Amino acid sequence: MTEIALLLDHVSFNVDDLTIINDLSGSIKHGKITAFVGPSGAGKSTLFRLLNQLKTHTKGTITFNNEDILTINPMILRKKIGIVLQEGVMTTGTVYDNLALPRQLQDKTLSKQEALSFLDKVGLKERFLNTKAKELSGGQKQKVSIARTLINQPDIILMDEITSSLDQVSTQAIEMLIKKINKEDHQTILWITHNIDQAKRLSDNTWVLIDGECRYQGPTNHLNEATDQAVIDFLEGGDES
Amino acid sequence: MTYFTLSLTLLFVLIPILLAYFLKLGIEKDILVATVRSVIQLLIVGYLLQFIFDQDSSIFIILMVGLIIFAATHNARQKGINYKGITWKLTLTYITIEVLTQSILIGLNITPATPQYVIPISGMVVGNAMVLSILFLNRLTSEVNDKQDEIELILSLGGSTKQAIHRQLITSIKASTVPTIEKQKTMGLVQLPGMMSGQIIAGADPIQAVQFQLLILFILLTTAIITSIMLGFLSYPTLFTEQMQLKQTFK
Repeated sequence: MTEIALLLDHVSFNVDDLTIINDLSGSIKHGKITAFVGPSGAGKSTLFRLLNQLKTHTKGTITFNNEDILTINPMILRKKIGIVLQEGVMTTGTVYDNLALPRQLQDKTLSKQEALSFLDKVGLKERFLNTKAKELSGGQKQKVSIARTLINQPDIILMDEITSSLDQVSTQAIEMLIKKINKEDHQTILWITHNIDQAKRLSDNTWVLIDGECRYQGPTNHLNEATDQAVIDFLEGGDES
Repeated sequence: MTYFTLSLTLLFVLIPILLAYFLKLGIEKDILVATVRSVIQLLIVGYLLQFIFDQDSSIFIILMVGLIIFAATHNARQKGINYKGITWKLTLTYITIEVLTQSILIGLNITPATPQYVIPISGMVVGNAMVLSILFLNRLTSEVNDKQDEIELILSLGGSTKQAIHRQLITSIKASTVPTIEKQKTMGLVQLPGMMSGQIIAGADPIQAVQFQLLILFILLTTAIITSIMLGFLSYPTLFTEQMQLKQTFK
């Protein structure tokens, strides 16, 4: 496995005449947490959808483990680059049904023991296994979403503002979980957050996206040394989104 | 019925027009247009059927059935404009249903291959299929719009497009066939079906009218299920791109 997990080479995404992602280039390292910050409408969520191939970029190349992602079967790619969606979408049924979904899609089953171990990994008690998933709190839904994505054993996990609607306690629990998954499993994590302090607390590297362009890309602890005026304005503005 | 007695039935048009006028409902023009259109259309069809019955030629039967299928397709396609190739998908569905039902009816000698039987039954079969396909397309579109997060969730976990749309497809098939099944449950209790009533009014034996009505009901049941299933499986791939993404037109 190369050190670079993802390589973006002049990637753009347009919808008709509207440019959402404009000429993005850069690389993501294996085993690191990379935060994506920027104001609303900067193209962060769209970028994640390009990486998971829920959308296809209109220009440039995205390379995953030295392979152009457009040459990889989307069903295989989406298992390797998993995404945890912002809304913590749950399907009808219990927590177990949701955890078993990725296996079910491959005509395989998930044993109760496996399901419990994944629940334990994300810090949820055994009693939640048979709870109706749509009755869970926002934080619990996000934990189940993370566990469900982990079941595919992805090389990379994309997390799209998964703490944006959570209270402080739930946010801290998710932050600890992300750190744990990254440390214990050396999981490569890409994380969208609108909270700069959160990015500073958790991530090794940070990309600042503004108007579809990457205006800063580098170690998070050097973020305050950024010279780009748009980045400085954004950092001073704090939570703009 | 003479044209004079028919003209007396216009009283049933005058009543709603007067009520609409005095209550300022603003639908007088619509009632008039609907009346004039139905008179003209039905008279044309009446004379056309008279001509075809007199010819007793299979070519005219095929032409008439073709016209029915064309009109049904033209009407239903407006509801499925977002589905690529909806015209040929609807046409293929209607042709399949027509061929299937007529093959059983004529092949098993249930009804004779004469225009008096083939054309009215085709009209009922294709007409029912048209309503079913409009219900199905409406429901599928709203299901996809409402549940796009669930569809994308399954795609994002590595599911196929068929797996992603499965639940919405089943819901839409069920929902579109429910009216046909429910109507059948109360048939004869709440309402007498149009065809049966028409036969009885025309002086036919009520038992024979019931027998024909049952035949039609059973055919419509097959029509309902086949229309929704066939249209569903023909339509769902057009919701997705080649890269297995939900198309922008449905988002």
